[in-house]
Amino acid sequence: MAELTVNKSASEFRKGFQAAISIAIGYAPVALTFGLLAKTTGLSIGETVLMSLVVYAGASQYMSLSLLTLGTGMIEIVLTTFIVNIRHFLMSTVINDKSEEDHLFNKAMYSFGITDETFSVASMKEGRLTTGFMFGLNLLSYMSWVICSGIGYVIGASLPQTLQESMSIALYAMFIGLLVPSMKKSIKIVFLAVVAGCFNTVFTITNALSTGWAIVVATLLSAIIIELIEGLKKKQRGNEHD
Amino acid sequence: MTSEMVWMIVGMGVVTFIPRMLPFVLFKGKELPQFLQGVLKNVPSATLGALIFPGVFFIQEDIWFGLFGAAAAFVIAYLGANVIVVVLGAIAVLSVYSFFL
Repeated sequence: MAELTVNKSASEFRKGFQAAISIAIGYAPVALTFGLLAKTTGLSIGETVLMSLVVYAGASQYMSLSLLTLGTGMIEIVLTTFIVNIRHFLMSTVINDKSEEDHLFNKAMYSFGITDETFSVASMKEGRLTTGFMFGLNLLSYMSWVICSGIGYVIGASLPQTLQESMSIALYAMFIGLLVPSMKKSIKIVFLAVVAGCFNTVFTITNALSTGWAIVVATLLSAIIIELIEGLKKKQRGNEHD
Repeated sequence: MTSEMVWMIVGMGVVTFIPRMLPFVLFKGKELPQFLQGVLKNVPSATLGALIFPGVFFIQEDIWFGLFGAAAAFVIAYLGANVIVVVLGAIAVLSVYSFFL
């Protein structure tokens, strides 16, 4: 029985690892560029890799570099990081709801690896999330992020310009690849994505909200509005039956 | 490595980890209200929409670059391809696109 459990979690780990291949490809150009920018900002290689190891959140790492260039204070940089990354709270709430029973310690461990990208893959997966899957998913994504940050620092713009430009589509292509199969199955998914995309576009173009907040507010507005509409429709249908 | 920088990085790490970890502690074994559960089920698809738009338009200065790549990814995904194939396919299509421009 124990062996069976071990085998199961080993195969779950492998599934997670495989699911992270797209993320690993997508992180490569982003992390390489981060490494290069960190070097031009004046960070040491140790500091660059340490930041990717400890923070592991792309947008806020980029932001910290531009703030350092502007001579912003350390406390302000930490505060900005908090504001940019608070959106993960929503994502972790979803993952918590979808995850299998396990020790809190294990869940707290893999919660470290929740990013926009790992969240997208994990949350769109069918069925419950196992700890093995989450560790596999996190490990490969994390390795790609940390190692490519270091490589970017050491060898600079390593990839040919055209390839690097083309690879900037990778993460978006992954998001689309995750979304389209569910869109084909349900019109509700189409509405959820389109409404959130429209809200976020408006917030971004009007500069009404900063990036981190724009995504959270757009997501929540879309999720709540469509849940309300669905509830109303169900009620109506119920009334018709009466 | 300056110690000031290390402290800043550690601080950034802590404030990033807290929102990631907190829901697992706060909502452990708790049954959330029905409406909230419904909203949470909607969050993944809505997040994907917000992550794609408008970001995909701005990956390069040429707005058509992102638009073209997104269209390619959409078509490949619609045909039923695996996510990795979608990613590699979109990269390949854009490599060809930028080669001719």
